[in-house]
Amino acid sequence: MSEIRNYTMNFGPQHPAAHGVLRLVLEMDGEVIQRVDPHIGLLHRGTEKLAESKPYNQSIGYMDRLDYVSMMCNEHAYVRAIEELLGVAVPVRAQYIRTMFDEITRILNHLLWLGAHALDVGAMTVFLYAFREREDLMDCYEAASGARLHATYYRPGGVYRDLPDSMPKYQPSKWHDQGDVDAMNEARQGSLLDFIWDFTERFPQKVDDYETLLTDNRIWKQRTVGIGVVSPERALQLGFTGPMLRGSGVEWDLRKKQPYAMYDQMDFDIPVGTDGDCYDRYLVRMEEFRQSNGIIRQCVEWLRSNPGPVISDNHKITPPSREDMKGGMESLIHHFKLFTEGYCINAGEVYAAVEAPKGEFGIYMISDGANKPYRVKIRAPGFAHLSALDEMCRGHMLADLVAVIGTQDIVFGEIDR
Amino acid sequence: MGASIQHYIKSFFLWELVKGMQVTGRHLFARKITVQYPEEKTPKSPRFRGLHALRRYPNGEERCIACKLCEAVCPALAITIESEERDDGTRRTTRYEIDLFKCIYCGFCEEACPVDSIVETDIHEFHFENRGENIITKEQLLAIGDKYENQIAAARQQDARYR
Repeated sequence: MSEIRNYTMNFGPQHPAAHGVLRLVLEMDGEVIQRVDPHIGLLHRGTEKLAESKPYNQSIGYMDRLDYVSMMCNEHAYVRAIEELLGVAVPVRAQYIRTMFDEITRILNHLLWLGAHALDVGAMTVFLYAFREREDLMDCYEAASGARLHATYYRPGGVYRDLPDSMPKYQPSKWHDQGDVDAMNEARQGSLLDFIWDFTERFPQKVDDYETLLTDNRIWKQRTVGIGVVSPERALQLGFTGPMLRGSGVEWDLRKKQPYAMYDQMDFDIPVGTDGDCYDRYLVRMEEFRQSNGIIRQCVEWLRSNPGPVISDNHKITPPSREDMKGGMESLIHHFKLFTEGYCINAGEVYAAVEAPKGEFGIYMISDGANKPYRVKIRAPGFAHLSALDEMCRGHMLADLVAVIGTQDIVFGEIDR
Repeated sequence: MGASIQHYIKSFFLWELVKGMQVTGRHLFARKITVQYPEEKTPKSPRFRGLHALRRYPNGEERCIACKLCEAVCPALAITIESEERDDGTRRTTRYEIDLFKCIYCGFCEEACPVDSIVETDIHEFHFENRGENIITKEQLLAIGDKYENQIAAARQQDARYR
């Protein structure tokens, strides 16, 4: 009698349910997974090495491209590392802007995660709704920085420009007459802050809609409850951070435990799960939507009533305003010096981490006193999560693998860097 | 006991699915947010960073003085500049090329330019038909600048006080 043996199967790198360029080599016993072997590196661009060959400021844009759905959080970790090495003071308004945009980024990221996760598990509608809200938030990104995704907005010492006073508006066309356009432009009449405020008023109802579609839905629960269970002890041992850790019931959030920017002034709670399965991690992220929404509102209120500088006036590190640069010789010299050589940082090393939407995103930077880093190490949360994929999937069915990949919120930009 | 009976009844009548259908049903009749691209477009910020252009002064003289700050600051090394002294003794570029495949549209070149010459316009719909067309030359850049000068100037004007 012939013996039935396990067989191996390739999952990805072009599989639509494998996020990006994930390639898994699966060892299957029928439809039950015996072993998962992630093969990574298909999106490797050498960001760490690239950063060693450029003046500090020039790598900001490459940080966007690591975790390309939580752009500004990556920039935040990078500029924080530089700021800590330099010891430069950041204006309070810039810190509030960063806090606000970090939370906007969190909502952006979780919206994409929610849409993709639900789509993987079989719910189409949430994906469309989530992308509708993402559109508004990417308009905020564009209004502040000039790009919808790769913002390059944070700078060591603050942010590049203050928030604009007006929002771009829709124009009438043959598809939408003046009346339609007026309705579409209703939220765009005031400043960017008014637009964000309007969004935060609407958003909690949208989260309710997502929850109505998913939270009690029996198919959703059958696909997520009890799938990919990680115990709190094991989550800590595996180096989990962010919602993956909080879903297992460990109350750990860098925004509370090691506050940076203005998080010590913010009023918010850390949601934690109990069972550590996909469903709990889903609930944690849904609650983070509401908490982030609350933080954005607190920031908008403060920003509205407190104008001021958004970037340090230490012109050894930050360029002078264009008016000064065109009017004064010293400013012009600073300008030329900064955009060619950059600035030198005293020898030293630093680790700066932020609570990115996916977990702890950290930059470990060593300076040898030159105008470019001696070494940059990127601590990407997704890497630790992906390493645990094997453990989380063993004994589950093939279809559950897709749910686990979804719950890990994998983005290959940061894993392969 | 009451709760479990309630749960049983709700689950029997597919209550949560009905609630979900209500949400999608509501959206079926809600105002559509679809934008009929390309006839109409979503609004674009004056800070938008798209295709590059080289600008001229109102008297027709090109602004670029070949200081090469943009070349130095470009993280992707997408800009190539060669320069020499012109007949009237001023310093001008003889070659100014941007490789649009290398460019990461970070906007540093515009930030660095001391004479507001190189700018990133709000044009984002462009394509190439042949190999090599991704490298745009000085003439092409100046032509883009001439063609869109009004909207480039208006966008810079709107954003001037933030920079």
